[in-house]
Amino acid sequence: MSTLERIGTIREAINEALHEEMQRDPTVILMGEDVGLAGGVFKVTDGLLKAFGPERVFDTPIAEAGIVGLAVGAAMTGLRPIAEIMFCDFTTLASDQIVNQAAKLPYMTAGQTKVPMVVRTAMGAGRRAAAQHSQSLQAWYCHIPGLKVVMPSTPADAKGLLISAIRDDSPVVFMEDKMMYNQKGPIPNGDYTIPLGKVRVHREGRHAVVICTSSMLYPTLEAAETLSKAGIEVMVIDPRTLSPLDTEPLIQAAKEMGHVLIVDEGYRSFGVTAEIAARIQEDAFDYLDEPVRRLGALDVPVPFAPSLEDLTIPNAAQIVELVKEMLA
Amino acid sequence: MTSAIAVKCVTGKKSNLAKEALLEMYRRMVMIRKFEETVYDVYSRGTMPGLAHLYTGMEAVAVGVCSNLKATDNITSTHRGHGHLLAKGGKPNRMFAELLGKAAGYNRGKGGSMHIVDMSLGILGANGIVAGGMGIGAGAALSAKVLHEDRVSVIFFGDGALNEGLFYETANMASLWKLPVVYVMENNTYGEYTSTERSTAGNGPDRAEAMKIPAVSVDGNDILAVYEAARWAIDQARAGKGPGFIECHTYRWRGHHMGDQGDTYGYRSQAEIETWMKKDPIPRFGHQLQTENLIDAAGLAAIDDEVQKLITEAVEFAKEAPYPDPSEIYEHVYP
Repeated sequence: MSTLERIGTIREAINEALHEEMQRDPTVILMGEDVGLAGGVFKVTDGLLKAFGPERVFDTPIAEAGIVGLAVGAAMTGLRPIAEIMFCDFTTLASDQIVNQAAKLPYMTAGQTKVPMVVRTAMGAGRRAAAQHSQSLQAWYCHIPGLKVVMPSTPADAKGLLISAIRDDSPVVFMEDKMMYNQKGPIPNGDYTIPLGKVRVHREGRHAVVICTSSMLYPTLEAAETLSKAGIEVMVIDPRTLSPLDTEPLIQAAKEMGHVLIVDEGYRSFGVTAEIAARIQEDAFDYLDEPVRRLGALDVPVPFAPSLEDLTIPNAAQIVELVKEMLA
Repeated sequence: MTSAIAVKCVTGKKSNLAKEALLEMYRRMVMIRKFEETVYDVYSRGTMPGLAHLYTGMEAVAVGVCSNLKATDNITSTHRGHGHLLAKGGKPNRMFAELLGKAAGYNRGKGGSMHIVDMSLGILGANGIVAGGMGIGAGAALSAKVLHEDRVSVIFFGDGALNEGLFYETANMASLWKLPVVYVMENNTYGEYTSTERSTAGNGPDRAEAMKIPAVSVDGNDILAVYEAARWAIDQARAGKGPGFIECHTYRWRGHHMGDQGDTYGYRSQAEIETWMKKDPIPRFGHQLQTENLIDAAGLAAIDDEVQKLITEAVEFAKEAPYPDPSEIYEHVYP
């Protein structure tokens, strides 16, 4: 570890990115339910109200469409708002503002206006919160031209991608897996950015490639370790930005490995795994030894009982089993 | 001839409107009327694609409000937005080009009638979603406050938008945070084909006042009444006292959109339309100007001719302008 970084959690990395960007750029504001005084329901925005005051950190009413709506208007007129929507399930309440306003205005106005804003939201199952607090709706927003969709998986990526998202002139939906906030790793100090739309290779391999998003990185890395002991070396790639998707390195990996598995916590049907699989099969079909495989959330509303909820989320054992089956 | 009219504000305070300002208000109303009736004509000939929602009959509202605004102030508009845009200074030629889907249009043909924007004039856009301007307008007021800029946001919306949830979410924040917003409710009697009577429990001003937003209700066909109500609300917003709400009672002569003609939807009578046409805000104001000796009939006719020429030229400009090149299809998805 270099002195240019420290070990911290994803929560700390995001908090640090917010602090640094608000410090650097006076046009950055933060708004959302309980983001100020309470420091956020997941404590991600702790300390920002104290540091920047109520002129730039807004504890809003519980009004998701209103929060994002104000952010859109503020973004059109000189600010870079960061709107926190507590749970990604609640973005459905703001979806008109995200889909019909933020995403459309730059195009519909032929570039007369930009909408430089970030919607930060917590997604993912595993917290025993049932069907309305556990979804991973990234595919909804990936479906809409004009939006960028970012899903970090490590503290360093969380910091670097969030800073880039704040500086980006497009509306960005920034999805944080709520089960990963305590995930530790190196956090680069200071002005650290990662360009949106670039994959990260977490592990080189020889036999198969696993493309995984957000918190799915960890069961994938665990599976890769297990498989390595059995002599199977899998390449692990995290797209990090789902839209726009850095397709080329995924195609290249698919061509080199011939076996591809995609793991994402969104619903399997019509989801991120389906889109990536389609692109790979369009451009690397002749190089594939078998169809692209996919693991996603089961197509059920996320159930409450732990014994049921756990069945819905892809895990390391499933990845190991599937990769072995692919290579058999 | 005199040089001004004294108009009484809702607060009881009197102000003088200079002759030049009054004549420009008249001219803008005529411009909107002629623009809309030309749209009607061009659309009826089948030479305009898409949809058009006309503002005919409601001109006093847009002009009465926008005559109080600075170039740097913001407005958000609606699907029935041509009048607001022209009142805020929009150029008829670029608007007409947009209506025809031409590259010379405000949005290079990517928006059409319901999405015209001119950021340089503070026009944050017409909007195809009912209540769509509520968030944008309040957000622009938020940025004005954060950046310490002297900008007021006027949000035009119809009686239909009064029943959209976004109004309450955003007006609550605007009131709570004393944002410089002015809500202008155009009660034109119908939301699409359903009367306010059949759609709305209570009324707009009462709902605004429940959120501690002071509200007034005025005759929306009386431009000076609208002007004065708007002046009151805009002044208090600019002074940091928070939002105000104005309900303007008016009527759209034409249908909800161009497909709503005659008895297609059977929701209003010809007699009702004719009653409102007799309350036409334009000759009413013209008569006031003449009574006050600010202009004579020949003067009004000259304004009429000048504006007609402008609109005719705008249509010619739009018709001759090229369509956007197919190569532009992916431009502006991302800045």
